[in-house]
Amino acid sequence: MELLVASAIGILTAAGLYLVMRLRTFPVILGVSLLTYAVNVFLFASGRLVVGAPPILRDGVSTYTDPLPQALVLTAIVISFGMTAVVVMIALGAYLGSNDDRIDDPVPMDEVIPEDPS
Amino acid sequence: MSLFLVVALPFLGALLPGLMNSAGRQACAGVTFTVSLAAFIGLLTNLPAVLAGELVTARIDWIPSLGLNLTLMLDGLGFFFALLILGIGLLIITYARFYLARDDHMGEFFTYLLLFQGAMVGIVLSDNILLLLVFWELTSLSSFLLIGYWKHLPEGRQGARMALAVTGMGGLAMIGGMLLLGQIAGSYDLSVILQNRDLIQESPLYVPALLLILLGCFTKSAQFPFHFWLPHAMAAPTPVSAYLHSATMVKAGIFLMARMWPVLSGTPEWFVIVTSAGLITMVLGAMIALFKHDLKALLAFSTVSHLGLITMLLGTGTAFGAMAAIFHILNHATFKAALFMSAGIIDHETHTRDIRRLGGLRHLMPITFGIATLAALSMAGIPLLNGFLSKEMMLEEATHTVLFNSPWLVPALATFGSLFSAAYCFRLIGHVFLGPVRDDYPAKPHDPGSGLWLPPALLVVLVVVIGVAPFLAEPFVKLVTASVLGEAAEVPKAYFKIWHGLVPALFMSVAAVVGGLLLMMVYNPALRLWDGTPRPEAKTIFDAIIAVAVRSARKVIHALHDGAFSRYGAIMAVTVIGAGYYAWVTGSVGEATREMQTATPIQMAGWLMLVGATGGLVFLHRDRLLSLILIGIVGLMVSIGFVLFSAPDLAMTQFTVEVVTIILLLLALNFLPNATPVESSVLRRTRDSVIAIAGGLATMALSYHYLLRDAVTSPISEFHLANSYKGGGGTNVVNVILVDFRGFDTYGEIIVLGIAALLIYALTETLLNGPVRARLLNRKPDQPRAGDMHPTMMVVLTRVIMPVVLMVGFYIFLRGHNEPGGGFIAGLVVSIAVVMQYMASGFAWASARQRYPYHGIIGCGVLIAGLTGIGSWFFSKPFLTSDFTYVRIPPFEKFELATAALFDVGVFLAVVGAVMLSLESFSRLARRAHVTDSEHPMDIDPSRENLVEAQKLAQEGQ
Repeated sequence: MELLVASAIGILTAAGLYLVMRLRTFPVILGVSLLTYAVNVFLFASGRLVVGAPPILRDGVSTYTDPLPQALVLTAIVISFGMTAVVVMIALGAYLGSNDDRIDDPVPMDEVIPEDPS
Repeated sequence: MSLFLVVALPFLGALLPGLMNSAGRQACAGVTFTVSLAAFIGLLTNLPAVLAGELVTARIDWIPSLGLNLTLMLDGLGFFFALLILGIGLLIITYARFYLARDDHMGEFFTYLLLFQGAMVGIVLSDNILLLLVFWELTSLSSFLLIGYWKHLPEGRQGARMALAVTGMGGLAMIGGMLLLGQIAGSYDLSVILQNRDLIQESPLYVPALLLILLGCFTKSAQFPFHFWLPHAMAAPTPVSAYLHSATMVKAGIFLMARMWPVLSGTPEWFVIVTSAGLITMVLGAMIALFKHDLKALLAFSTVSHLGLITMLLGTGTAFGAMAAIFHILNHATFKAALFMSAGIIDHETHTRDIRRLGGLRHLMPITFGIATLAALSMAGIPLLNGFLSKEMMLEEATHTVLFNSPWLVPALATFGSLFSAAYCFRLIGHVFLGPVRDDYPAKPHDPGSGLWLPPALLVVLVVVIGVAPFLAEPFVKLVTASVLGEAAEVPKAYFKIWHGLVPALFMSVAAVVGGLLLMMVYNPALRLWDGTPRPEAKTIFDAIIAVAVRSARKVIHALHDGAFSRYGAIMAVTVIGAGYYAWVTGSVGEATREMQTATPIQMAGWLMLVGATGGLVFLHRDRLLSLILIGIVGLMVSIGFVLFSAPDLAMTQFTVEVVTIILLLLALNFLPNATPVESSVLRRTRDSVIAIAGGLATMALSYHYLLRDAVTSPISEFHLANSYKGGGGTNVVNVILVDFRGFDTYGEIIVLGIAALLIYALTETLLNGPVRARLLNRKPDQPRAGDMHPTMMVVLTRVIMPVVLMVGFYIFLRGHNEPGGGFIAGLVVSIAVVMQYMASGFAWASARQRYPYHGIIGCGVLIAGLTGIGSWFFSKPFLTSDFTYVRIPPFEKFELATAALFDVGVFLAVVGAVMLSLESFSRLARRAHVTDSEHPMDIDPSRENLVEAQKLAQEGQ
């Protein structure tokens, strides 16, 4: 099972990385989402994989999985929603503003006029 | 008055002139003057203690772990400088009130001036060198604002920038030097450092520390080769020049050399560097000054020269040299401030500062003539004026100084410098005031009002008094010298006298004055010679260096930062993989300590779905709608994974977030193109695949390895498990961590979430008010719209579901402390319930029924969470300490009341507000694009049709 989780993290990372390096905003957002899954699962897995021992205290139960990574990942999930929303908004604004959803800057920076020395 | 108040008053007062600006110039200058005067009087209240030889201190611990504390101390040296800064400051404020033109923004000027004054006072009173650095940087910044005060003049901007570049660079070096010094001494407190002369001078770090600190001092005090910024700073209004370059800014470097004198001086390195830099600066500055035609430029280079003189005196490392330096600082401040102000008067009245266009002013401006002549003669070193006394002491010291094994070098150069110094003073008097009255002045010169001439006149009184009766200044100068010397040396016995007998210094003095007069007689040929001699122009070199720096920086940046985001992604991924690989091969991995758990077929099936959906996403990502469905599957599988591995809270959160994320992406896709075109080459895609697969393998290997090994140390969550119920009153440990143990983190996180939502709102507003608005209005949907956008079935269903979902949300919220659930999840569930209403009946209908703005809900949530945290202060507990109790209200069972629940309410509200505000912003864009938005809950309503029909029939009937 450890191998399954580890490979899932690896596959999510690989797919996320590949999509992040695409040229349009939408696949990049999808890629970032995949990377978010990968990172969250990775962080969560740092509490190791335990089946059937949720960190809800019960009388007579003594094994619980590590609750701390869960707490961290919980907020990470919510925050990543906020960040995704911001990025999507930026992408949308860029597209609506220029009618173009390319992610790379088309103008080489050298053509930017240097600042007036005065 | 407390030293803190003396330092803080100018800073606090800096707010006032800006506020008083509309109250008029008089009020503006008046309030500035009052603030400065208060600080000045506050300083004077400490005079008795200083005279008694006590060390006045004030201390507040700021960051004790870093050795950074707000410690101030006042000894003779600090008092002397603070007196100059505040005293001359008062004169400058008066002068500036009358100097500045009507168009100049006076409030701004005085605000900058007070900021600068506060920073300077801070430097001279700091007992902690880190604190001193803070003030040091503040002087660089505030002097930048002052020098560039006339923003409309290019010279002003360039001069300010050059001053900032040079002094800022020196400041950076100084930070390094001070940190080294603190390392050596083991403390950042000056009082400790000053006790450790031997320790510091024997340290191998002494030379680097010395070099770095001197770099800071030399740049600030315009010593060769950093002297060039000072004349360019003359583009500032004259009051600024008079203040910065007589008593304050440029004296900061001198002050620091004097302050550090007991521990840094006396070594060969100090002697050679400081003395020769001072000597070169003195001679060079005097020579250039003589041939400058701009009155202020002449004074600027003469300042450079005199600073060199003081530096040289400090460099000799003898007690007599230090005393002469202190005395000359005092004298220079008086006559130079008076001269700058006189130059300002001349500029103000004749509208020119070009010496070649002046002359004969003594009849037209007799008062100014008197003031400037006395000050200039003092600078030239004429007896009965204070400049003579300290110059004699300097020459005396020079005759005893042996540099580079030559007993002649220093005395000869000192005399040579003094000769030029005398010459430019004579030139100033002769070419500006003497000679025939001209008829081509740009304006008709006359003496100004008393507001302009009184401040320099007061200074000239000092010049004469000290010059005639040096014994009056002697005790004070000796007191200051004693505090400079500390325990390193005895205060010299020498008395301050006008007549010392026929000593070598007198002959040198006479030679300098006579030589200066002779030089003036042959001024025109000398000027032609000077103009004919090629010499490097400092500004050109500086500009060239800056240009080279900009070019090379641009080269580096453009190579790495060419605007191609996908490239940055690749570079970053490769770097991270490389660094991880390096760590992997250089580190060691322990034995596996955990058994691999077997996977059931169902789990395999889940994994297959996850992998299949991810793979599908990569290959089918060009079809954007399909990829949304696939990413939904991935999110679902991750949630189910969380369920399996004992994380019910996470599963619920992931699942609900998944829903809102998909809605969000759908809303976005409404505007974005539906497909991604094929653009990258096969080579490019291969490259990306290789990087991606390498990254995937790396994370997989890493997670696989640690999943099979136990943590090296016992995790801190053991504490959480043990104390969750006892201390936090909840059995759901994850929730207790969120709202209690790590409540402060959560508090920060809801704030971040709120900020993100507000950012989205702001972006939407900007888009809707910008050029995008027109584009949206003209936008035609690229696909035919559904005829039934708000289907009856869905509308009815969401209405019925709404209360149920709200109740579920409430339930999840309430049970959160003990069972899976809590504010985050409840907030997401409730948001989904509300979003459903938007989806079912459209934006207009839903928002018309919404009573509270989402911004308010976010703010309310953050406020409730914050107030809950603050509440614990009233019980003398730290922020966010939670408490709980059990109450029983019949007929209910006994239940728990926890303050953490109140905090969770804040979390809940913030999450609802943030999610709703983001989604609402997206739909606002959509609304702009499709104007036809029905106000009715659904598109097709049989009863409405009937109503319309009935109305039609009724109309026809009439």
